Amino acid sequence: MSYHFEFGWLLQYYPQIVKGILITIELIAIGGVLGISLGTFCAWVRALGPAWLKPVIAAYVELIRNTPFLIQLFFIFFGLPSLGLQLNELTAANLAMIVNLGAYSCEIIRAGIQATPKGQFEAGASLAMTPFETFRHVVLVPSLQRMWPALSSQVVIVMLGSSVVSQIAAEDLTFAANFIQSRTFRAFEAYIVSTAIYLALAILLRQVLSVVGGLIFQRRLTR
Amino acid sequence: MIEFTVWDILRNLLLATRWTILLSLVSFIGGGAVGLMLLFLRISKRKSLRAFAKYYIELFQGTPLLMQLFIAFFGLGLFGVDVPAWLAAGLALIFWTAAFLAEIWRGCVESVAKGQWEASASLGMGWLQQMRYVILPQALKVAVPPTVGFSVQVVKGTALTSIIGFVELSKAGTVVTNATFQPFTVYGFVALIYFTLCWPLSKSSQILERKLNVAHRNH
Amino acid sequence: MSLIEITEVRKSYGTNEVLKGINLDVEPGEVIAIIGKSGSGKSTLLRCINGLETITQGSISVAGAQLLDDEVHLKALRLKVGMIFQQFNLFPHLSAGGNVMLSQTVVKKRQKADAEAVARKMLERVGLGHKFDAYPDQLSGGQQQRVAIARALAMQPIALLCDEITSALDPELVAEVLAVVRELAAEGMTLLMVTHEMKFARDVCSRVVFMHEGKVHEIGPPEELFADPKTPELKQFLGVH
Repeated sequence: MSYHFEFGWLLQYYPQIVKGILITIELIAIGGVLGISLGTFCAWVRALGPAWLKPVIAAYVELIRNTPFLIQLFFIFFGLPSLGLQLNELTAANLAMIVNLGAYSCEIIRAGIQATPKGQFEAGASLAMTPFETFRHVVLVPSLQRMWPALSSQVVIVMLGSSVVSQIAAEDLTFAANFIQSRTFRAFEAYIVSTAIYLALAILLRQVLSVVGGLIFQRRLTR
Repeated sequence: MIEFTVWDILRNLLLATRWTILLSLVSFIGGGAVGLMLLFLRISKRKSLRAFAKYYIELFQGTPLLMQLFIAFFGLGLFGVDVPAWLAAGLALIFWTAAFLAEIWRGCVESVAKGQWEASASLGMGWLQQMRYVILPQALKVAVPPTVGFSVQVVKGTALTSIIGFVELSKAGTVVTNATFQPFTVYGFVALIYFTLCWPLSKSSQILERKLNVAHRNH
Repeated sequence: MSLIEITEVRKSYGTNEVLKGINLDVEPGEVIAIIGKSGSGKSTLLRCINGLETITQGSISVAGAQLLDDEVHLKALRLKVGMIFQQFNLFPHLSAGGNVMLSQTVVKKRQKADAEAVARKMLERVGLGHKFDAYPDQLSGGQQQRVAIARALAMQPIALLCDEITSALDPELVAEVLAVVRELAAEGMTLLMVTHEMKFARDVCSRVVFMHEGKVHEIGPPEELFADPKTPELKQFLGVH
């Protein structure tokens, strides 16, 4: 083997790596919250909402779930300007992640809503609550709780998928790794270290979501 | 400036789509083979084998596919091995697919009732025979919908290989966009072609899932 | 003017007619037991009264107001008529107190403090004042059903529909729920109960309705119906020969 491994020099690129980590975290924080919010709205429409809106949401969900995130990102960043909508790379990255997670979490949350025992809807109705009041106060939180593991997995998947935003020059962790690699040609160290950081972020994210779940959901669901 | 017709654009994209399809098939089949081996390790009686499989899966599921591609392409090259883009792409996707398929299949095997293991054991079958004649056939039925569902992820995963220079549909999209300055149209078509490839697979997975649940309910 | 007037009500599921012309008038303060075989339409009739099922023909009016199938009328109806379910249907993510308070704050727009006071009072009334903070999964079936009753009472209904409210309970828990219902009856609450508890019907109810194949087959005070069933179907149902 003619290659000599060294990791010490990486320290001089510490600022880029830290910036990359922060951008990656920021992307999934915003993307996660807004994506799940969008997904909740879409899930409500598909499960309980007005009939005219259902095909619109269905088309959106099927389109996002059947095309690569990279292409969605390119379409938003490169394609939308020709419609007059110019976005900077971070905004485009955020938007792409929100739109992407929105579609996936829609299907997950919809499954949660549809697994709600019918009696819950009937109890809400018999207490004179409107369908939306029943959804908001009775159905929503248990639905989210039911699907929290699946939702958490999806958030982690989207966080790992965010590495692709480096391709539109958003300065995330992958961008930092590429930057270092292009300057030093020390590909292996740069990529191994960033991969390890991603792994740590993924594990950390899972923990955070588990704790958040524990805070929001007070009781274990029996059904 | 050269004027490009819609057909020019579409033709280039469709030609590149062949490589997307080929890479998807190679990754899925190769990943399935490696995944099967990984499955056996993951449910093996030997703790060390189980641990190896477990960490392998956690590694490949817990890191970005793009990073795996970079390491395969740039990283291996530094060992003096000249890695062409298609090889790096294929290898990375095979190992990535294997991890996910192994996990999906493990879930399916574990969903086979414990009583099946006990019954076949009490009939004197060894572990391999139990797997081959009793467990896998039952797990197979449950495994079809999610496996077909994952094939969609594989097709979408091939898009990332464009970043390490493999010429498939996404790469063609970038090249054509740079030539025509019509990103809206070009990436629009690219999305449409991916949709045409993926949507039938997604729908099949849903239909198979529904049929399976109907079968379960009739037990 | 009766409290609840059910006139020529018919209901079909597709081609299957489940209610074949029901006529029933309920006076204030009456306690009516609805008995019959499974599939006779008892629960369906009850669920039509508070709009959980829609009727195909006929009319239902509660306290003079017609039951119409739009959101506004349904809501007004449900504010007057409460329902208790066989499966309790408590909200698992809320405490007992939370369950009783929810509809008060959301629908009646009461202040949280007022709703809490009412909730505590209602839970006291069903004997569960000390369980205000307990969650449904910490309560026995009988306790859960009593919370469900408190929840319905908090809306101050003029009538309660009880759909086999003890059928899902272990035998030793049935008594505590029926005791609460007995008290409500004594206080003058109008009750319509689909039930299999014949002894309870005999003791507490003012009238018993026997349903058979979607029609009211026999109707009358419990002393008459149980002591002297007139039709062969009721005789068979009661196991009398």
